[in-house]
Amino acid sequence: MKKKSVSQAIGFGLLRFCIIVVLMILVVILYDIFSKGKEAVSWEFLSAMPRNGMTEGGILPAIVGTFLVTVITAILAIPLGMGCAIYLNEYASHGKITRLIRMSIRNLSGVPSIVYGLFGVVLFVQLMKLDTSILASGLTLGLMTLPWTITASEEALKGVPRAYREGSLALGATKWQAIRTNVLPYAIPGMLTGAILGLARAAGETAPILFTGAAFSLPFLPKSLSDQFMALPYHLYIMATQHHAIEKVRPIAYGTALVLIALIFCMNFFAVVLRYKLRKVKVE
Amino acid sequence: MTVVAAQYNRRRPWINPKIKEKLIHGFFFANGMISVLALLGIFALLTMTSIPAFREINIGSFLTGFEWNPTSYVKEQYGIVPMLVSTLMVTVGALLIAIPLGIGTAAYLSDVASPKVREIAKPIVEILAGIPSVVIGFLGIVLVGPILSKIFHTHNGLNAINGSVLLAVMALPTIISISEDALKNVPSSYEQASLALGASKWQTIARVKIPAALSGIIAACMLGMGRAVGETMTVLMATGCAPAMPKSMLGPVRTLTSSIAIELGEVAYNTTHYYALFALGLVLFLITFFINMISDIILHKYEKVNR
Amino acid sequence: MTIATEKNKVQLKSIGFSDRAYGRSVEENKIKIVVEDFNFFYGKTHALKNINMKIRSNAVVGIIGPSGCGKSTFLRCFNRMNDTINNIRYQGDISVDGNNIFDKDLDVVDLRRNVGMVFQKSNPFPKSIFENVAYGLKINGINDKDFIQERVEKSLKDAALWSEIKDRLNESAFSLSGGQQQRLCIARALAVEPEILLLDEPASALDPIATGKIEELIHELKKKYTIVIVTHNMQQAARVSDYTAFFMLGELVEYDFTNKIFTNPLKKITEDYVTGRFG
Repeated sequence: MKKKSVSQAIGFGLLRFCIIVVLMILVVILYDIFSKGKEAVSWEFLSAMPRNGMTEGGILPAIVGTFLVTVITAILAIPLGMGCAIYLNEYASHGKITRLIRMSIRNLSGVPSIVYGLFGVVLFVQLMKLDTSILASGLTLGLMTLPWTITASEEALKGVPRAYREGSLALGATKWQAIRTNVLPYAIPGMLTGAILGLARAAGETAPILFTGAAFSLPFLPKSLSDQFMALPYHLYIMATQHHAIEKVRPIAYGTALVLIALIFCMNFFAVVLRYKLRKVKVE
Repeated sequence: MTVVAAQYNRRRPWINPKIKEKLIHGFFFANGMISVLALLGIFALLTMTSIPAFREINIGSFLTGFEWNPTSYVKEQYGIVPMLVSTLMVTVGALLIAIPLGIGTAAYLSDVASPKVREIAKPIVEILAGIPSVVIGFLGIVLVGPILSKIFHTHNGLNAINGSVLLAVMALPTIISISEDALKNVPSSYEQASLALGASKWQTIARVKIPAALSGIIAACMLGMGRAVGETMTVLMATGCAPAMPKSMLGPVRTLTSSIAIELGEVAYNTTHYYALFALGLVLFLITFFINMISDIILHKYEKVNR
Repeated sequence: MTIATEKNKVQLKSIGFSDRAYGRSVEENKIKIVVEDFNFFYGKTHALKNINMKIRSNAVVGIIGPSGCGKSTFLRCFNRMNDTINNIRYQGDISVDGNNIFDKDLDVVDLRRNVGMVFQKSNPFPKSIFENVAYGLKINGINDKDFIQERVEKSLKDAALWSEIKDRLNESAFSLSGGQQQRLCIARALAVEPEILLLDEPASALDPIATGKIEELIHELKKKYTIVIVTHNMQQAARVSDYTAFFMLGELVEYDFTNKIFTNPLKKITEDYVTGRFG
């Protein structure tokens, strides 16, 4: 009996150690970025153009660039993701084609982001002649985000009780009427929550935009969607590895990392609050 | 049968409702097929763009060559073995760190943690998953690198170990969340039977639950591996990226992903070098595709068994 | 009106009507629904086996039987609600007013408009009380506001709910009690003026008082509608239905006047069931 409790103590101790390590990793990451990044971040940092070969000034173009690219990503990924989820959850039967679609989605979400970048270079930059631009990058990211928005949208649709669909059909609604009037209104908030989480991940991606439109340095804001752009993650990469005065711009790199993380956290937080609020409304 | 509704003033539909329903169904079906098209499209475009590379490069020497030097003035060489070895090194290193940590954390969360701890810990794992790879790569340079160079007395800490550590961080959330699901899906009757036989809770976790959930855990590790193999920014920033055959875990390595990332920016479109980079992409795509397929098959099987 | 001939007398007998039931149903009343050699499959499971049954207009038919005997599945065939499930198959016919409901040219949407259904678990939509009742009208393309208003009021009155809730039409349907929610679902089904009403254990989740109200309501409704009700509760079947069908393992064991089923059934197994010897 005693031996057992000793082994249990050791075992639980090991498990506890594992989770503490995982938590410490996060704490260290956040602490390092916040403590060193906060000095760099100021109003000027957020609102000014980079100056002096990016050793001074702000990161406004990178913020704007990331915002614009994320908008394009959303425009592509959200409607397509919703449509695909509606097909899978409402229309599809359990056949071979459905299995094929599901398998494709799972595989798409495992395709490395740099491969999406290569695909974007060929399809959007070259074949569609979008050149390296916000549009090309946004579409590339949108494609990468698609499997995530599909999965999230399907979860939201699954959350709508079957009884709503059946009740509606039993009153003589067509299938689409039932979906439009009695499923989507209750699923869309959940779909959007999932979509925002996906977009937050996309906003932090670097590899897909490396060759499809992100620019090293542009001391002005993009004028149209066919311009190149600066993006927060790419800017961080440049500042961390490619700049001619790496040590000198380290604070700027930290500041950029902080802004990027803050942006992603804000998006996540917004999504979580949205989910929480909507859940409350539903219960009432 | 009289259709009562027809008596009242109904809007006349602009299109036969039956046809309309069929069209809508068709629309969503087309929408659903986009994912299939996208996957096929990626594969097709990568293949088509890779093929021209092999007009000048021998496939055999591409796959077995030990030298990658596409810009040499003397003789251009396209051998991917150093990259495959590099990728393998950082991935294995990452898994050695991430698998025990991930399974331990998952077991803790699913079986030991109080509901309160779980409430707090789960979002934290999600936050970890949300940190962009470029930020983790950056920390590899400014945080992990200096520590490693101090420990191992190397010139800088940008090497395979650094890459492994960072990739472990990237793979952890995947491994944790899918393993935890697998552990949760073990029927509670197993656990109760084991406890009823006088096993301690720890014995039950280690000898009953983890083996019962093993296929799910293996799938989780495979998915984590897929992420590690395909991850670009962290390895690009933190592994030193020397394009030679790696000598040790303490030396610089250059994976498939970082090679593409470094060279595609500098290469002219539609040259042999450019095509060769797409061939690298194709190799990468196929590796991750098979890893994901295998984990998918395992997960699928295990879902069926537990239903 | 069908004239009784020797031939269909025998036929009716063979499908479970005793002489007495046959006589009244055929000679005095119109047959509304005819089920002929009906089989139903879920994948490989043979869920309903060779069902033959006739239901006359303005009757209340109770369907009883142990859980899993196929009674709900059977009910859901009348408005083809089972179509929403994958991997199902029918054989045989069900016709309403002489029209086969599985006919290729029949629009299932029209069928469901005509055959209303109330589910086991009350399923008000997360809309206001008014919107719930108006829903069926709106999806059927009606947008005349006065008409909708009038019809909502009438349906709620028919469902004996109007007096309780007339001042709170704009409140959420979830603010109603369980019994009220179920009557709201009945009102919602009545609003589109079906001819047949299918009730799938409508009172199974309700307390005795709410159940009593629903049962009273069923008595009222049969003046206008043909009602098929699935119930788990034999006393309820005895109280509300004119005819009772006893199902077991996917087969229609016996179908007769309720009175007959409960006092003098033809088959031993029916007797065992209604007297509670198994359940």
